[in-house]
Amino acid sequence: MNEIILNSHNKSLIRKKRFWNISLITLLLIGVTLSSKIIDINSSNLLNGIPRLGDYVSQILPSLETSNLFLSSNDQGSVAYWYFNLPKYLKLLFETFNMALLATIISSTLALFFSFLAAKNTSPNSLIFFTIRRILEFFRGVPEIIFAILFVWVLGIGPLAGIIAMTLHTTGSLGKLFSEAHENSNNKPIDAVKASGGNWSSEMKFGLLPQVLPNLISYVLLRFEINIRASTILGFVGAGGIGQELYLVINFNYYEEVSAIILLIILTVVSIDLFSGYLRKNITGVEND
Amino acid sequence: MKPLRIKNLKKKFKDTVAINEVNLEIEEGKITGIIGRSGSGKSTLLRMINRLIEPTEGTIEFNDTIITDIKGKALRKWRSECAMIFQQFNLVDRLDVLTNVLIGSLGRNYSFLNLFGYFSKEEKINALRNLSRFELTEKSLQRSGTLSGGQQQRVAIARALMQKPKILLADEPISSLDPKNSKRVMDDMLKINREDGITIICNLHSLEIAKKYCDRLIGLSEGEVVFDGKPNELTADISKKLYDLDDE
Repeated sequence: MNEIILNSHNKSLIRKKRFWNISLITLLLIGVTLSSKIIDINSSNLLNGIPRLGDYVSQILPSLETSNLFLSSNDQGSVAYWYFNLPKYLKLLFETFNMALLATIISSTLALFFSFLAAKNTSPNSLIFFTIRRILEFFRGVPEIIFAILFVWVLGIGPLAGIIAMTLHTTGSLGKLFSEAHENSNNKPIDAVKASGGNWSSEMKFGLLPQVLPNLISYVLLRFEINIRASTILGFVGAGGIGQELYLVINFNYYEEVSAIILLIILTVVSIDLFSGYLRKNITGVEND
Repeated sequence: MKPLRIKNLKKKFKDTVAINEVNLEIEEGKITGIIGRSGSGKSTLLRMINRLIEPTEGTIEFNDTIITDIKGKALRKWRSECAMIFQQFNLVDRLDVLTNVLIGSLGRNYSFLNLFGYFSKEEKINALRNLSRFELTEKSLQRSGTLSGGQQQRVAIARALMQKPKILLADEPISSLDPKNSKRVMDDMLKINREDGITIICNLHSLEIAKKYCDRLIGLSEGEVVFDGKPNELTADISKKLYDLDDE
């Protein structure tokens, strides 16, 4: 008897699985064919284009000479010659870093405030929940570059436009992540604070926050990494920082400066990623034991 | 006169009736046990007393206050007078034991500074004194998640005492504990009942423990009171009926 049930159960499982596998593969094939038609993949274009990529890369590479490598900035072929503008780059890089830092700090504060209103279990009522969720979705949905273009137009060229743009977008995305962390929290400690006569803010501070805080910090650090990269790109539309300089040297074909700046950006992003990854791991790791 | 009076209390969850026409008066200073199998409405009844669950119909009165009508500050004051401990202890695992106990003072003595984690020295001494009553002083700076189940429940009792309650509601306080820890927790509840005169209303699974510790037993079945009397009045027949033992 048992064997019959098990067998027929297995059979129905296999049937279901087979159906889904076949339909998924068919859909995937249709999708790939359609999209390659639409974007017009043309093999000759691709083949002709690739060497040009190499041309550009070889053009922006610095002409370093091993014998002159450590000479002063007046001697061709030295690192100092390649990076003659280093003080300016560092200042701009610092500006980019600060833009990202400021935007992350402001938006985390705003997101924390909105997240309580946008989480099902902590929102005062469903109307507020619905409205705040939609607003956060809007701010998350618009890319920071669009905000940046808008604010450069309104406020003029400079880092302020970039900061506001990143703050708006980051508030939207952190607000959603925070409120989802709230929703996944255990409501038992919150019940306990409520049952002891605590008010709403006590419930949040003592019942909810200790549970979600490591998650929130980890999200903020992750967002900071993303904002460092984003604030570089924002410079392209005039929102300040190293990106603005990069855009300039690309347009003026100051080839060697392009590679100098890109290398600096890569080094910065990698070191911040590593550092914040280390922090994130430590915070969640220690808190979880 | 008995201070806590429950009149025609009813609670419906969509189509299921969890509590149906319950009328009860609870004596001061006694331990009242509520018994019955899972789903009989014990937990719902208890949670309506401190309004974690809103009743569909009926009233609960305490002295001259109609508990089922109060709101806002008055409700929080009532909740602080009527402490609760839970089956899963409901401590904040990531906070230390001392802070968990201090949470009990939030309803009685709230200050804006609490939101920054500040508690007055007086309350801290209070909390330590309560912890020492249950021999937990040396655990006070440990994270509460690292304690054993029995210890956590006793921390929860210390937290409840911080509220300086008149009533303690205990919702299945020993269901997730082993026999030794169960005894310890029940003994501690007996202690605060005898020493502080706190009225205790306690949901229990185990008849044996209910008979041993309670002054009065109330049997619930499908949301209705089917037994109300002294532990020695509970006959084998009634307990069979209460737990549906004759089904199979």
